[in-house]
Amino acid sequence: MSAVAPPVARTAALAILSGRRRRRRRRAIGIGVMSALLVVLILATVMIGSTYYPLGDVIAVITGHQVPGASFTVGKQRIPRALTGALAGIAFGLAGTTFQTMLRNPLASPDVIGITSGASAAAVLSLVILHLSTGMTTALALAAGLITAAVIYLAARSGESTGGRLILIGIGIGAMLDAVVSYLLQRAAERDVSVAMRWLTGSLNGSRFEDLWPLTIAVVVLAPLVMLLSRDLRALELGDASAIALGVRVDRSRLLLILAAVALACFATATTGPIAFVAFLAGPIAARIVGTGGSLAIPAALVGACLVLAADLLGQFAFDTKFPVGVITGIAGAPYLLFILIRTSRLGGSS
Amino acid sequence: MSTASDTLHDGPRAVGAPRRAAVVVCAVVAIAAAFALSVGFGSRFVSLDEIGEGLSMWVRGRTAESIGAIAVQERIPRTVLAMMAGAALALSGAIMQAITRNPIADPGILGVNTGAALFVVCGIAFLGASSTFAYLGLALAGGTLAAGFVYVVGSVGAGGATPIKLALAGAATTAALSSLVSAVLLPRAAAMNEFRFWQVGGTGGADWGAMATVAPLLGVAAVVALASSSGMNALALGDDVAVGLGVNVARTRAVTALAGVALCAGTTALCGPIAFVGLMIPHIVRMLTGPDQRWLLPLSAAGGAVLLMLADTAGRVIGSPSEVEAGILTAFLGAPVLVVIARRTRMRAL
Repeated sequence: MSAVAPPVARTAALAILSGRRRRRRRRAIGIGVMSALLVVLILATVMIGSTYYPLGDVIAVITGHQVPGASFTVGKQRIPRALTGALAGIAFGLAGTTFQTMLRNPLASPDVIGITSGASAAAVLSLVILHLSTGMTTALALAAGLITAAVIYLAARSGESTGGRLILIGIGIGAMLDAVVSYLLQRAAERDVSVAMRWLTGSLNGSRFEDLWPLTIAVVVLAPLVMLLSRDLRALELGDASAIALGVRVDRSRLLLILAAVALACFATATTGPIAFVAFLAGPIAARIVGTGGSLAIPAALVGACLVLAADLLGQFAFDTKFPVGVITGIAGAPYLLFILIRTSRLGGSS
Repeated sequence: MSTASDTLHDGPRAVGAPRRAAVVVCAVVAIAAAFALSVGFGSRFVSLDEIGEGLSMWVRGRTAESIGAIAVQERIPRTVLAMMAGAALALSGAIMQAITRNPIADPGILGVNTGAALFVVCGIAFLGASSTFAYLGLALAGGTLAAGFVYVVGSVGAGGATPIKLALAGAATTAALSSLVSAVLLPRAAAMNEFRFWQVGGTGGADWGAMATVAPLLGVAAVVALASSSGMNALALGDDVAVGLGVNVARTRAVTALAGVALCAGTTALCGPIAFVGLMIPHIVRMLTGPDQRWLLPLSAAGGAVLLMLADTAGRVIGSPSEVEAGILTAFLGAPVLVVIARRTRMRAL
């Protein structure tokens, strides 16, 4: 026995080590490729348009030189658009993967379970009835989104297995808020309807630097928090009991994560409108790319940003009509959604 | 599985005949009362004398210019529509809850509304549809397809259509279909304008012709459902027991599911999306009558009729001089009910 055991143990250890190395390499390559892709997409958004501006002009604009035409188009329109898209994508991606991991269900992203509906209803109210400014609309959407999330969380609390209940209650409250949106749209004057519909679809049109700072601050503050807590998140994924056994303060971690994820989703929704399925898709795609070894926070954020920018480019230039980004992500997400639904059910992973 | 036992424990286990008789009498009285309220009250106050006068004119088939006559002419069709739609929706909900053994099955959650919406929108945008009949056909087709799709996707795999799987499948499908709706609508301002009025479910557009077109479908589906109620009782015990009791499980489920989808898609075609009636009513009725489908189905229909008539009346009174559509009110009533159901239902540990 003792003569045989060491070689076997050593082979096993070597296999584990090489497996770990392979996973690390895959993760590093994946993150590297996605970062590069993100840079390319940002540059494409900034350079391509009805007029093409070469990289030199773009750099000149960024460094503060006056370039005729480009200073306005690039500096005031395309750069804010690219940054808004990237930041919203990061926020949606992080929020989505946090919810999916915490509720242990790939379908339970904040957009599917109704958390962004509150923001939508408030924004439509502000746009079509109260006619408030963009800044006020954003603030109102944010407040309503947070309140909705709090209501869903409180209604779902108490007793064991909060996760499943949270999903059901979120969907119910989302349905109620959707009725409010329909009602407001019906009451609205005709010219306001298209503005509201565009917002409801999620759009980067009319992105301005002035409207960008709340989202920027949210991402800068909350993204590191989520990444920090993603260690606890991986333990939560094993179930509450296992997480407690591993020394995670389940309630505190869950509450912090929910708060951070909800705030990210709401800030992004308030800025761009609910861009369909980005929160939902980012996590699973990231898992495909980097494997399931480590935390998905960073990869999902990158995937989210890439998704938004790529869909925005498609929406702007691929069709006769310019579609807002949310339409593209919504339609592109549908087949993948179908795939996930069926696969999850097959595996019996969710109940 | 958990739902079957929930159903058993939901209400009193044995409900005596006297109590059931009392419930039936109450149901009849409630329908009559709701009907009277709906005709008597509205966005504009009309005195009861005038209503009475208008009613007698209406019964004799005369048209008149008096305010009572006009109110009656306006309110009777929508009251009848509310009764029909409420009954159909609640019945549909009861059927779906029974065959999926799932407490939250509801046309809204199963994606019927968005499926119908997508087809209606495509009809408006591409086929130039604008008649009620065109909307009817489109909504029926879209609603049926979406419900079938969500149910199939939600019931793949172990455990069948559990509440969460079904709800998520429905919510996700709804999200995807809404994007398609936006994609079709955004470049077309005219279609968007047409659609937003359809999108709010209500009985304001009641029209005898459209009701007469859909009524036979709803009637046949209701009869089919009521006739298979004992088969559905057996389904509640689980498929194995049902087979043991001599029920053709697959056929019962398919036939009743078809009836349930026809009921809610037909109603959606008539009224637009009205959520949560099918979810709420069967739960409330079950508390009164126990889980026996032979009582549950007809009384759910009665309860749905009462609820929608009252919601419609309340919406007209609250929204006066305009109105708040019945679909908005039922959504507001239904979400808290769903919360209660979700809190009471024992989820499998997630």
